[in-house]
Amino acid sequence: MRRAMNIAPERTGRLALALLPFALIALVYVAGSAQRRAVNPNDKLLPPVSEMADAVHRAALEPDRRSGEIVLWTDTSASLGRLGAGLGLATLIGLTLGLAIGVLPLVAAALAPLVAVICMVPPMAILPVLFIVFGLGELSKVVLIVIGVAPFLVRDLAFAAARLPTEHLVKAQTLGASTWQVATRVVAPQIMPRLIEAVRLSLGPAFLFLISAEAIAAESGLGYRIFLVRRYLAMDTILPYVAWITLIAYAMDLGLARLSRAAFPWAQADEGR
Amino acid sequence: MGAISVRNVWVEYGDQIVLERINLEIASGAFVSIVGPSGCGKSTLLRLLLGQEKPTRGTILIDGRPLPDEPGPDRGIVYQRYSVFPHLTVLGNVLIAYEFAGSRLLGRLMGRARRAAIDEALALIKAVGLALHAKKYPSTLSGGMQQRLAIAQALARKPRVLLLDEPFGALDPGIRAHMHELIRPLWREHGMTVLMVTHDIKEGFALGTRLIVLDKWRDDPQAAERFGAVITYDLDLTRDNAGPVRFCNEPTVAS
Ligand SMILES: Nc1ncnc2c1ncn2[C@@H]1O[C@H](COP(=O)(O)OP(=O)(O)OP(=O)(O)O)[C@@H](O)[C@H]1O
Ligand SMILES: [Mg+2]
Repeated sequence: MRRAMNIAPERTGRLALALLPFALIALVYVAGSAQRRAVNPNDKLLPPVSEMADAVHRAALEPDRRSGEIVLWTDTSASLGRLGAGLGLATLIGLTLGLAIGVLPLVAAALAPLVAVICMVPPMAILPVLFIVFGLGELSKVVLIVIGVAPFLVRDLAFAAARLPTEHLVKAQTLGASTWQVATRVVAPQIMPRLIEAVRLSLGPAFLFLISAEAIAAESGLGYRIFLVRRYLAMDTILPYVAWITLIAYAMDLGLARLSRAAFPWAQADEGR
Repeated sequence: MGAISVRNVWVEYGDQIVLERINLEIASGAFVSIVGPSGCGKSTLLRLLLGQEKPTRGTILIDGRPLPDEPGPDRGIVYQRYSVFPHLTVLGNVLIAYEFAGSRLLGRLMGRARRAAIDEALALIKAVGLALHAKKYPSTLSGGMQQRLAIAQALARKPRVLLLDEPFGALDPGIRAHMHELIRPLWREHGMTVLMVTHDIKEGFALGTRLIVLDKWRDDPQAAERFGAVITYDLDLTRDNAGPVRFCNEPTVAS
């Protein structure tokens, strides 16, 4: 008998094993839902799949009676717009400031402690401040995501830049590189894989900030919808929305991982040896 | 071009004296092998010559002028590890030297300038025997190939002084012999001064025109860090019976 640590699944076995927990959860849900309905025909907590399918049909395919819009798409595009703007801006800040701190000792001396402190400010605690300063519109939601994510990205990328062997920096200088050239041609490309990784890790927090801000003040958005229908205990809408958000986040994560693998082949070749 | 004078140089890290009373006159075009026990300060000496660190005391001149206080294209370096950039191909690693020189803002060359630089880079890559691997990334090269690439890269800016810190230390003997055959003609052709740190004393004798031994001049177990390394032997290898240029032993050294 081989040791358990040496037994790995084959390709198909791996897929089956991956799907198994999902299937189990679905099974438990269906059984639980049926049982509750049997006890109380008006139960709202665990709506059967058929009711959720109806809710999805209404939200995704039929125009809203009042606004004439298809609710799921307006919500999705509003949320993704905010998320994209917030994450994009945070990424830009993270890369430039992280690079500056990682490469320039003077900037590191001036900014690294500040960034370390800002990292510890709970973003949700200053959400009221953002609403007061930036109003209840789009801006405050985007700013919340930026404030929540950018300091982490800055710090992480500054660390990544500092971790590069000193030999690389000296080497580049012996090839005649200026500070700017070292930053743009030696350090920046080498921390790009880490940038993508850090953005992937930030997806969870970014969605958290997005949904929270939408729950408190918004006219559309995935978070707004969930908290709106909560008043009617509309689990048949909430659950599909949660699944939809999860799917979007998962797809983003997967997309970024693929992008990293395609764009930085040199970073992967290393692992193969 | 490439004459080095080291005048009464000391290096101390806090209480620890690493190098002391280092005096060296290296003629332009010499190939100096540096040997010595681990931790005696060989890499430290190279860091001084790079301008990466300043001596605690003393001065260093290159061609009669004070050494710049930061690394520059007149002094190339090849390390045992981390010499080449992992994110660039073989060609990219050599090409980047020309791009640093030719494009201050973008660090990238375009059009005809780029093609000319590629031709020069490929010539160097061919000279170190990597012509067939120009498109590969360093992580897919063997250790010996990576070091050959590092040498090609270091030669691109035509440095007056080439510093080698155990460049072949991680290679097995057969490949090491290949590297020796490679570096000798390159050194002659480029007319540069070479300083090579090595742990292999045979390699030091085989390649050098001069061999320098760094070692602590006194071993005191009570106060090991109070005695730095000095040059204990300095051999001229161009003469028939390699005799010492001078002895540097201190009177206090027990015989
Ligand atoms: N930045 C530093 N701060 C403090 N001590 C240092 C520093 N750099 C080197 N040293 C010390 O200086 C001494 C010489 O180090 P160096 O790397 O020059 O040795 P070396 O001769 O190159 O050794 P090896 O053959 O193992 O490479 C060592 O004792 C090391 O601990
Ligand atoms: Mg060393």
